[in-house]
Amino acid sequence: MASNFSIKHQPGFTAIAATCFVVLYLPILVLVIYAFNAATSTSEWGGFSLKWFQSAYQNTQVIDATLRSFQIGAIAAVLSTIFATMAALATTRTASYPGLTFKYAAINQPLMVPEIVTAVALLIFFSRIKIFTGYSGLGYLIAAHTAFCIPFAYLPIRARLENMDLTLERAAADLYATPWKTFRRITLPLLWPGILAGLMLAFVISLDDVVITEFVKSGGQDTLPTYMLGQIRRGITPEINAISTAFLLLSVAIVTLFFFVSRKRD
Amino acid sequence: MPDKPDRNAIEVVNVSKIFGSGEGQVAALDKVSVSIRENEFFTLLGPSGCGKTTLLRLIAGFDFPTAGEILLYGQDIAPLPPFKRPVNTVFQSYALFPHMTVADNIGFGLEMLGKPKAEIKARVAEMLKLVKMEALAGRRTAQISGGQQQRVALARALAPQPKVLLLDEPLSALDYKLRKEMQIELKRLQHETGITFIFVTHDQEEALTMSDRIAVMSSGKILQVGSPWDIYDKPADRFVADFIGETNFLTAAISSVGNGKARATLKSGATVEATVADGFQPKDNATVVVRPEHAKLTKDKGDLAGTVDNIVYFGTDTHIHVHLDSGEAFTVRQQNSRSAGCGFERGDKVGILIGNDAAQVLRD
Amino acid sequence: MATAEEVAKAAERRDVRGRWLLSAPALLVILLAATGPLLIVVVYSFLAPGAYGDVKWQFSSDAWTSVFLERDIFDDTLSLAAAHVTIFWRSIRLAGVTTLATLALGFPTAYFMATRSEKTRDLWLFLITIPFWTNLLIRTFAVLQIIRNEGIINTILLKLGIVSAPVQILYTDTAILIGMAYVYLPLMVLPIYASMEKLDFRLVEAGYDLYATRFKVLWKIIFPLVKPGVIAGSILVFIPALGAYVTPSILGGGKNMMLSNLIELQFGQGRNWPLGSALSITVMIIVMVALLAYVRNAGKSGVRHG
Repeated sequence: MASNFSIKHQPGFTAIAATCFVVLYLPILVLVIYAFNAATSTSEWGGFSLKWFQSAYQNTQVIDATLRSFQIGAIAAVLSTIFATMAALATTRTASYPGLTFKYAAINQPLMVPEIVTAVALLIFFSRIKIFTGYSGLGYLIAAHTAFCIPFAYLPIRARLENMDLTLERAAADLYATPWKTFRRITLPLLWPGILAGLMLAFVISLDDVVITEFVKSGGQDTLPTYMLGQIRRGITPEINAISTAFLLLSVAIVTLFFFVSRKRD
Repeated sequence: MPDKPDRNAIEVVNVSKIFGSGEGQVAALDKVSVSIRENEFFTLLGPSGCGKTTLLRLIAGFDFPTAGEILLYGQDIAPLPPFKRPVNTVFQSYALFPHMTVADNIGFGLEMLGKPKAEIKARVAEMLKLVKMEALAGRRTAQISGGQQQRVALARALAPQPKVLLLDEPLSALDYKLRKEMQIELKRLQHETGITFIFVTHDQEEALTMSDRIAVMSSGKILQVGSPWDIYDKPADRFVADFIGETNFLTAAISSVGNGKARATLKSGATVEATVADGFQPKDNATVVVRPEHAKLTKDKGDLAGTVDNIVYFGTDTHIHVHLDSGEAFTVRQQNSRSAGCGFERGDKVGILIGNDAAQVLRD
Repeated sequence: MATAEEVAKAAERRDVRGRWLLSAPALLVILLAATGPLLIVVVYSFLAPGAYGDVKWQFSSDAWTSVFLERDIFDDTLSLAAAHVTIFWRSIRLAGVTTLATLALGFPTAYFMATRSEKTRDLWLFLITIPFWTNLLIRTFAVLQIIRNEGIINTILLKLGIVSAPVQILYTDTAILIGMAYVYLPLMVLPIYASMEKLDFRLVEAGYDLYATRFKVLWKIIFPLVKPGVIAGSILVFIPALGAYVTPSILGGGKNMMLSNLIELQFGQGRNWPLGSALSITVMIIVMVALLAYVRNAGKSGVRHG
């Protein structure tokens, strides 16, 4: 008889889980290792070298695309987080009111439609506007990124608001705080971790986008991902590995930060 | 402060609160009127859903009444938002601000009132001393125990010197011992500050030990208002009698009513003297209540006769459940003494003696 | 002075108005740069293609006809458009198999994570979150380097003498499948884990107490309770897999097109914007059907716990 019957054990599950984690990380590990490959070909190992990082750094196209990605990402993240925060305040902690369901649906709509469809729609719509106004700057990309970042920024902010104890604000009102003061002194400070999490999530989502950017961008408006896609289609060099590694590092840094912010309970 | 001892701090006049609309309408409060005197410890007592918390929320301003007036020293405050009412609340969950220190929590109300910094500081220090929390002034609220949080919540609500303090089941989260301590503490605070306390609870024992007066509520109505003694010894109706303490209900025929007394003829045929409200009309089918501790068990013939059903030992006393020959049930509470046993066993044929002041005729 | 009830009513009206104002910017941006343009796609699908891309402003149902049918150049008869049907079928099949594969792998993984101690659980969650947040393009690129002919798998197989020539995985449906399962796995694990974490293991204990076997406990107790997570995960994988663009572009090569590549083609070399629009809407309809099935299912299995 088994003396230690574990109620949580299921045969084979641990093995599958272990395989999953290995399989998730192995390709990334290989990609990172090859970024330090001295050889020009990506199929053999030519010794350790940082030359591909250097070459990426000296590639003005890469630097331009990176800066453009950051610019779009930063603006879209800030705008979408502000809008999402406002929308979250408007759609949580209330009895149902006319239009509430509509708002949920509208805010989450970008999540419900495959990216390619949104991309095509924006291509058509923005090309019309371009003809109409003659403007062909980064505004289109920023608008598109802001729109699809809103539901992502909305998620953690709404979650935080819904977990927030309404009695705290009631207590503030009871202690003579006007609605605005209650918001400034109680709601906003308590919501802050959610807002930060939303901001980071929005930034990463914007930074990662390929499909919509690929369809919306005008000539010379490559972001880092669309630049990389173009390069990969043309044939791969370890420079892509180097860029990916740097990108990866940034993602890990942001996730780590996100993780600590969103896990913070107080 | 209390120049006229009988001045009313709060007057609730014909207040109704209806939630929902159409078919799903629920009246949480149904034309409730009650006056709460200045400087008294007033308790709203009732089972959950009776409307006591709704009434408290209306006084605090978290909800607006559907009809009626709520007067604070004669002024109707019902339309005012909570931050314009000189009334503070101690919440059931304490609702301490987690991102502030103990001292900041206590000073919050004064800060919102725009008091000068020095005054706030002095008042916070005074409050910390009042609730004996000086040592923990700089702590975050998550770092202190439940009992300590309770004290901070009290201090925070008392700091702005409200005209009325509302307490929404503030002791329900504490364990038994701490609850007993806080009951005494609350009485002390009320005495020292001279503030009118309105206390909401479903715990009848808590209500009886702490209150100057109690309002017993059920289904959105106030059934009886009175001192703890009134409520316990002269319950106005069946609900109050049943809700407060344990009691025995007996069917009796009532005759010769007068001077607050009546003759009650029980099913057993025995006749006892019972207290009765003025204006009660004699009738055959009335209910008489007898508290278990006001009856006496005997092996001889008593006013009632029956068989011992069950004996339950409680430490300080013993409850003896008797199945009466009339078919009714009756419980007798007997104080325990050092000598062993209660003197009865299951199956014993017993008599029950009801003293002259023990029985009371119910209004129902 | 106004009565309390009037004040309450006014406050409520003010509250609702304020809530509309607060949500206006978000709604406006989404309307302008996401939802609104979708309506234009519908309009475009009923127009005729322009000679150099874009559209001619005249009504035409040709685009819709050619989603599944093609007109013979000589005798004008309509027949099933084999190329389109193949691509539709490949997309749905690959998205479906990807969903099943990620479920088969993701369910045990989520279970494993949820049964760790409170402290280490956060670490496992962190480990699954990193790939989730890592650029999809980079992850696809990482898969490319593993499965190509000169990649690590073929190198090992060749070195061990198991095969004499590299196995061609890249530019096949299998490559797309591997790539999609790889990139979407975290999307399956996370919602299942979220349900699983709330699972009360005392219920499992009760199951064993009442003579259930391990499999019975899994199937009759655990699975029904985490079903909302499983359904959410399946939807989260199926929708992006159906519309996947990056993965088939990189791993499928030119000939193993999926729907998104077919759509892209109409806006590029194909110069048939109306057909591209009609195809986009068809994809959206498939997604809507899947979502509706989800909503109905989620409504039915209304098990809430925790």
